[in-house]
Amino acid sequence: MSELDINDKVKEMLEKSAENAGSKNSEKTFVHPEDEEREVIAPDGSIIKVNPIYDYFSGKKPTEEKPSNGVVEKFLNWARSESIWVLGFGTGCGSIEIPPLMTPRFDAFRFGIQMRPTPRQSNAFIISGYLSVKTLKRVIRSYEQMPSPKYVLALGSCTINGGMYYDSYSTINRLDKYLPVDVYIAGCMPRPEALLAGFMKLKELIKEGKGEKANEYARNFDEYKANQKKIIKDWNMPDYNW
Amino acid sequence: MKEILDRITPKYDLQDVSIKDDLQAYVVVEKKLAIDMVTYMRDYEGFSHFVLMSCVDWIEDNKLQLLYLLNNPEKKCVIGIKVFIDRENPSMQSAHHLWKQIWTYQRELREAFGIDFPGSPRIEENFVLEGWTDKPHMLRDFDTNKYAEETYFPRTGRSTNDPATYMRQKLYPNQPVTAKKNKDDE
Amino acid sequence: MNIYVKLAYTLLGFFLVLNWGLLMSATLRKIVARVAGRHGIPFYQPWIDLLKNIGVRTTLSHGFMFYLGPVFRFTGAVGMFLFMPALFGSDMWSNFSFEGDIVLILYFQLFGMLGMAIGAGEGGHPHSAIGIARGLAQHAAIEIPMTLGIISLAIQYHTLSFTDIVAAQQGGIANWTIFTNPIAGVTLLLAALGAMGHSPFNLVKAPNEIPIGPPTEYHGTYLGVLMSSGVVLHVMEAALFMNLLFGGATNWVEFIIKTFLINFYSVFVGVVFPRFKIEQSVVWFFKVPMALGILAILIYSF
Repeated sequence: MSELDINDKVKEMLEKSAENAGSKNSEKTFVHPEDEEREVIAPDGSIIKVNPIYDYFSGKKPTEEKPSNGVVEKFLNWARSESIWVLGFGTGCGSIEIPPLMTPRFDAFRFGIQMRPTPRQSNAFIISGYLSVKTLKRVIRSYEQMPSPKYVLALGSCTINGGMYYDSYSTINRLDKYLPVDVYIAGCMPRPEALLAGFMKLKELIKEGKGEKANEYARNFDEYKANQKKIIKDWNMPDYNW
Repeated sequence: MKEILDRITPKYDLQDVSIKDDLQAYVVVEKKLAIDMVTYMRDYEGFSHFVLMSCVDWIEDNKLQLLYLLNNPEKKCVIGIKVFIDRENPSMQSAHHLWKQIWTYQRELREAFGIDFPGSPRIEENFVLEGWTDKPHMLRDFDTNKYAEETYFPRTGRSTNDPATYMRQKLYPNQPVTAKKNKDDE
Repeated sequence: MNIYVKLAYTLLGFFLVLNWGLLMSATLRKIVARVAGRHGIPFYQPWIDLLKNIGVRTTLSHGFMFYLGPVFRFTGAVGMFLFMPALFGSDMWSNFSFEGDIVLILYFQLFGMLGMAIGAGEGGHPHSAIGIARGLAQHAAIEIPMTLGIISLAIQYHTLSFTDIVAAQQGGIANWTIFTNPIAGVTLLLAALGAMGHSPFNLVKAPNEIPIGPPTEYHGTYLGVLMSSGVVLHVMEAALFMNLLFGGATNWVEFIIKTFLINFYSVFVGVVFPRFKIEQSVVWFFKVPMALGILAILIYSF
């Protein structure tokens, strides 16, 4: 980038910040330029209005998805419990416990536990340690994108009562107020053995047919959403972003 | 270091000069001269490396102290330029034209201490927190414990022990507490 | 033979190949795990994963083309199976192979890729176009040495039919194309590394690259279909090279051993060499494999 380009960019930014200060009186919101409502000129010359936040996602509420009955569900639950695909999203310091879990020493692949890179393909979410409000926003978004049935493992004491960050202004204290939690794994930090024990507990729960927290989330959706919105003040995403 | 200070002390009417060692000194300068002095140090005294910019809350004096830390890569010396600004409605002349990384520092200071830097690019954007509506969180009169209790549904039944006292009682239960208490214990 | 009986045998063959593919993918993943010093997944893990994917309750659609993505890929896998003789000299297991079927097979290889491109484009993921562009660029680079090698074989045997090429290789190991036309053989084996999609050339499908890869949005049953077509494609790619270079197979045991060894070869290379970036892999195919391919054609042209 040449000197001239930088100067132009600075000028542009200055103008933009001046505009922002003028138009948005006291509200401190910042919408990323990519997400702004704008008009786009299509290749054929017509003008299309775009509002990315609401165009890319639908605002449909989640509904309860009833389990199928009897033996079929039992069989599927067995399959689910033996094939736990974890979303690879390290939310806090606890995510450092995940690599040793997957590598030779503990090798969770033996138990059918695998990491998946996208929420669409995973059915378990490890909330690893402290969760700041900023991360919680992403966590909710990822959680809601996961297909049901889905499970949440809360790792570390930070998710139970705030842990050593109980008095911090930016980390939450109790995860179960914002997301339904299947298994808590206590410790600061829990070792991979504890994590494996947590996974075994989760397997038991699924096999007993108790892994229906996704439906619980759908049932108490308004309550969870109210709690979430209480702390996420700049809610610039749709209420439910499937 | 000494000679540089000798040169600039009369020039900027420095009130409080503290020399830590041969390579390190801190000076206090008036608010209206501060950016002028930073520019002078950069352009004429060779302090071309901007190390950091930070803020201290002197709540007892009702003042905020800004610190510009500059480094001279040739003489390998560091100078810290301190500025006291008013704590109510704090505002400071922006230095974004000197080094580009100051943009980010000023965004941080605006979010953490509420200091306004008029004209600094992207100063309106969030730095770390998103949608923070309470008082700036690094000010000392912001009670983070109270805020957390009011906001984050604290779990009841949580108890806390002082680690030093607890371990002393646990390891040496028969021994009377003779050791001097820490200042923090009280 | 009656066409219905033949169809029944072909479906049975497809079922066999699907299960062998699942077992082989588990075995190969176990080999990779053992190289890394891990115990690895149980050998029945792919079946459970498939069941679980079918058992996922939520299914969402991003439109008509989103459905067609997995369907096209599955069609590619089925097409490759249908028009390739699984076992040579067997009426029951030679499927629907016919004169000139090599061209069709080459087309079916690309077919699934194109289907994924359409489906992922509809998926609404902002970065899927990058993943598709990467995948197609690499595939185009793989196709060049592969096509050159196959043209060389076609010139050598004066035919474009699988059955004829396999027939010409019968009667002992010395008759295999890998020994009678080694330059084309090496070209095809190098192209096979790319076509199998193991480590040096698996950037498009690699787990940590999927966030911007084509299958990002696919879940549940869609993913199950993608998985099963993936394993069938794996076996059939190996069968393609088996038929072209290693004398085909005359019974299922031979088929299983040969396809496993060909896949094992690409996994073996995969665990030794780290992953290429797309620009590196494309350039790699344009260098040695392409030069060898041209050489292989020139030898048989004059």
